[in-house]
Amino acid sequence: MTTLPDQKDAVGFDPVRIGAFGRCLRNPRVLIAGGFLAIIGLLVLLAPWLAPADYRAQIDLPLTNAGVLGTDDFGRDVLSRLIVGVRTSMLVAVLAVLVAGAAGVFLGLVAGFRGGWLSVVIMRGIDILLSFPPIVLAIAAVAILGPELRNVVIVIGILYIPRFTRVVYTQVLSLREAEYVQADRVLGASSTRTMFRTVLPNVTAPIIVQGSLSLSFAVQIEAGLSFLGLGAQPPLPSLGTMVGAGRDFLEVQPSLLIFPAIVIVAIVLALNVVGDGLRDVLDPRRGQS
Amino acid sequence: MTATASSPEPVLSIADLSVDFRVNKAWVPATRSVSFELYPGEILAVVGESGSGKSVSSMSVLDLLADSARTSGRIRLGDADLLPVPETGLGAVRGNEVAMIFQEPMTALNPVYSVGQQIIEAIRCHTDMDKRAARERAIELLELVGFPEPGKRVDYHPHQLSGGQRQRAMIAMAISCDPKVLIADEPTTALDVTVQAEILDLLRDLRKRLNSAIVLITHDMGVVAELADRVVVMRSGEVIEQSDVYTLFAEPEHEYTRKLLAAVPHLGRAARSEPVDPPPAAHQEPAVALRLDNTVVRYRGRFGRPGFLAVNGVSLELRAGEVMGLVGESGSGKSTIGRCAMGLLRAESGTVEVCGEDITRASERRLRALRRRFSMVFQDPASSLNPRARIGDSIGLPLRLHRVASGRELTQRVGDLLEQVELPRSWASRYPHELSGGQRQRVGIARAIALEPELLVADEPTSALDVSVQATVLNLFLELQSRLGFSCLFISHDLAVVEMLANTITVLRDGQIVESGDRARILTEPAEEYTRQLVRAAPVPDPVGQRARRR
Repeated sequence: MTTLPDQKDAVGFDPVRIGAFGRCLRNPRVLIAGGFLAIIGLLVLLAPWLAPADYRAQIDLPLTNAGVLGTDDFGRDVLSRLIVGVRTSMLVAVLAVLVAGAAGVFLGLVAGFRGGWLSVVIMRGIDILLSFPPIVLAIAAVAILGPELRNVVIVIGILYIPRFTRVVYTQVLSLREAEYVQADRVLGASSTRTMFRTVLPNVTAPIIVQGSLSLSFAVQIEAGLSFLGLGAQPPLPSLGTMVGAGRDFLEVQPSLLIFPAIVIVAIVLALNVVGDGLRDVLDPRRGQS
Repeated sequence: MTATASSPEPVLSIADLSVDFRVNKAWVPATRSVSFELYPGEILAVVGESGSGKSVSSMSVLDLLADSARTSGRIRLGDADLLPVPETGLGAVRGNEVAMIFQEPMTALNPVYSVGQQIIEAIRCHTDMDKRAARERAIELLELVGFPEPGKRVDYHPHQLSGGQRQRAMIAMAISCDPKVLIADEPTTALDVTVQAEILDLLRDLRKRLNSAIVLITHDMGVVAELADRVVVMRSGEVIEQSDVYTLFAEPEHEYTRKLLAAVPHLGRAARSEPVDPPPAAHQEPAVALRLDNTVVRYRGRFGRPGFLAVNGVSLELRAGEVMGLVGESGSGKSTIGRCAMGLLRAESGTVEVCGEDITRASERRLRALRRRFSMVFQDPASSLNPRARIGDSIGLPLRLHRVASGRELTQRVGDLLEQVELPRSWASRYPHELSGGQRQRVGIARAIALEPELLVADEPTSALDVSVQATVLNLFLELQSRLGFSCLFISHDLAVVEMLANTITVLRDGQIVESGDRARILTEPAEEYTRQLVRAAPVPDPVGQRARRR
């Protein structure tokens, strides 16, 4: 019955799709969103040089139109603060996702590969973590630990462990029975080696998709926490604190709130579009064929 | 014998059919200008290897191809057009005039409805029978296809039935509206040989009783010889030969048909001429490569329930340098024994001794050190190689793991191994998806012999391959075995394949040994009734002999 020309691989991902990033950029929506994220990336890397003024320095009177986007209530340059704010938010989000990804992938691998009581303990722990509404848990945890960016990273990181664990766990469960994983064992490979050198490379695609989608949630949660004053502490701006501070001057100087809000929306949207685009090309269950 | 003479008007005619598939914005041809005709009451076999277009051309009769397909040509059923597809669609034709029997009855039947409900639905779809009458008819149909206790089992769900029963239910559904044409796409490929024989009997019987014409799509020359009146041979999307079944087997015209027929393992003919030489160390006590003593393997059940007893008290002995064929139908425990011998599964009781070492309760660490002395070739070449690793890395893995070679020496050894399995050295840097199934299986063999093991377990290594590829892989295997002298436990469901390779044969059923002995004795003078059944059911690619054997 294998008469169809597009022979799919029996297990896991079609390896031909490894060059999928190029293919997903052919989608114009993904291309635009990806381009925007690339600009954001540059902004993060080059923020100190791109910002026209020191984000802490008073350049003019409060709430004027000096600079490109005006000044805030302390007379600081809003554009400079926005650039640094993007950097703060993105760094927190990226670090948090790295924490979540590293821990989540490891737990998923171990639970899926070892099975038995270990998987029961890990997966039930994940269920417990999932049963809390994330934003409420984040507020409570940061409030207890103290409002500090490091704590925000840790809390978001822990909150997003389940997403990675679950996606890796289900993949590993099906891969564990694949003949090439059995073959590793027959040839004398230790289970640690099999887990990291054979199984892990074959589950990277869903991890990447999950990573890009989690990044967008992390940006939102960071913004939410900072808005409440639990994230970045003044004078350091983040997108959330800028929206929070701008709220008080909505009638006088609406641009204080509007610009950071637009940036948050744009980043989240772009991350979701890119994540969906990646999923379309990387995840066989959503493939067109 | 063929219906051609009695009624010259074909019931189904396909003319100049071309199908292309859209792949990455380009059109890839699947069939080119296929033409053949089907006459009433005839069984026409369409044979070919994978990718020959045999399924595609038959699927297009009912317009069942994926949306990415483009068809041209003409298909006529009696005097109605099926292609170009009429504006009214083919709903009235599907299931009513042309019905389909699929390969895998488990996935072709809907698991949430009972077989009765599914047959009733098929009946009521095309007739205005009320529910009760349709149910009566469903039971009648099940009786017709030899379904046991049809009145009771009509309410069974697919998972409560065996593979053969499911296929019977599938056939009952297909014939529910007395179709003029039945298309059977590999109807017995997923079934065991003894069940296959029953289903083939049923199809032959139905043809007589219903006077339906049957298109039988298959890759198995044995099935063709058994059932077909006429044969269409396809290759790479083209019909290369069509003729009467007797003529085809006696005097194949086309070169490819001849090769194909020659490649089919033929029980009782292709046997290796001499059992391999006794192991070189004949003056020593004959060494034993694998010994099972009253071994029991049980799969763990869910929630502490006692699990499935896969192997129940098996004792066997494989002497060094010999090949033992382990045959049995699905569920007989043959693969479990192989995995047990490789230390992938632990025996519940009894002992497993590999290369003189008792591994029954050996620690994982001890076992890992022992693994350089035995190895395994897996069944499915598509999944036995890591898709993310270059094939050179896959072959070199055992050498690296046991620190036998590294650096330049490793590259050298991997190249040598590739040459031993008749692949170019330069292929070490390729990925598995760039290779064909047969080439991947060669890589699998190269990996297994990398450490020159004393014992090799081969679990149906050629069952996923086309016959012509199977023949070359088996020959390679045979040659390597006689050169390297490893002992081999060769697991297969195909007696003809085992006959080619094995010195001794062990027949398994339901986790127990039925009988065991020399190849020749088991195949020619089996002591047990079950073995006789197996031998009798094995399809033989010879229409004259096969039909004689059946009677």
